[in-house]
Amino acid sequence: MGDLIWIFVAAMLVNNFTLAYFLGLCPFLGVSGRLDTALRLGLANIFVMVITSSCAWLLNTFVLPHAPYLRLIAFIIVVASTVQFVEMVIRKMSPALFRALGIFLPLITTNCAILGLALFQTNRGYDFLEGLVFALGAGGGLTLALVVMAGLREETRVLDIPKVVQGMALYMILAGILSMAFMGFAGLFSSGGS
Amino acid sequence: MPPPSKPLGDEFLKGLWKENPIFIQVLGMCPALAVTNSVVNALAMGLATCFVLVCSSFFVSSLRRFIPRPVRISTYIVIIATFVTLTDLVLAALVPDVHRALGAFIPLIVVNCLILGRQEAFASKNPVPRAVADAAGMGVGFAFALTCLGAIREILGAGTFLGVPLFGPHFEPWVIMLLPPGGFLSLGFLLLFFNALKQARDRRRAAAARGETA
Repeated sequence: MGDLIWIFVAAMLVNNFTLAYFLGLCPFLGVSGRLDTALRLGLANIFVMVITSSCAWLLNTFVLPHAPYLRLIAFIIVVASTVQFVEMVIRKMSPALFRALGIFLPLITTNCAILGLALFQTNRGYDFLEGLVFALGAGGGLTLALVVMAGLREETRVLDIPKVVQGMALYMILAGILSMAFMGFAGLFSSGGS
Repeated sequence: MPPPSKPLGDEFLKGLWKENPIFIQVLGMCPALAVTNSVVNALAMGLATCFVLVCSSFFVSSLRRFIPRPVRISTYIVIIATFVTLTDLVLAALVPDVHRALGAFIPLIVVNCLILGRQEAFASKNPVPRAVADAAGMGVGFAFALTCLGAIREILGAGTFLGVPLFGPHFEPWVIMLLPPGGFLSLGFLLLFFNALKQARDRRRAAAARGETA
């Protein structure tokens, strides 16, 4: 049980996918303009991650021992079909959200966080339950980073910022400071350590 | 293949500077920030990405009439994943040290938005020579940008360049530059620098225009 909590907190805060591993930066910088869109994209990401994690475990256990060189192609096909499925569900259930997410929904396919999750899970040899908890933690961390970033960007819109700094440069520096702040969480587990 | 005409050269050159994937389009950030803590890693990552980009563009462009539209993205990804697997195995065999340092980021080339973006936006609509020229330009531009970032981070963070110490023994390295925040900050300040350059140029142009009308 303690292990599971450690995996969850480590994936969410200490080794935050976006701010420590630089995974999923495209949506992090692209969709963080508005708070509600950011939150929903984060939730969609968690959903895709949980499904991917289960599929990756199934593949790792039953299929890939026979053909290890197919790992990458198998993973990416699973991710692509999951995203396609989520896309269809969202289009049906909430057309407004579908329009708001726009190009970034199909781009979850190329969101490195999803494939990264499957690869890290494999490299670390997580079993089914650990993988699931890892996916929830990583997805939660991604959502947290997205939402914090969106909040900061909404704030900066009403500030008087010199024209030189506006745009991507500002977001990068904001992300750098956020990343430094998240490094502080490493102290939570100074005795356990990863 | 026809001799490289001027437009072909332009397709190549635009990737180097005017539409540089990292500095201007801000695509493919994940590997750009994750592996640029030393020049060697950055260069290896840049070259690997460049290779995958050129090969996939060649294949996507040659097959563009046969790929059905509804499944095109999946097709591109399978093509890209094939070349990434190839690169992964070749790197593991030739330079095991670099391969270990890059770790999971070699397989992650598959999901580099830059590569898929070029297939969708360019290679699937253009003949082979143009697609390859475009891919090569973008790839070299990407590798160049990565090397720049890697150089900045290695020089400030470790006080070395390609492993050779640059400063005296009294240099206190800025460890933060090697850690994740350093990636964000160095790219942020680079972009800031380019913004300032662009603004100065615009101002000069505006002044010149005013001078002409006066």
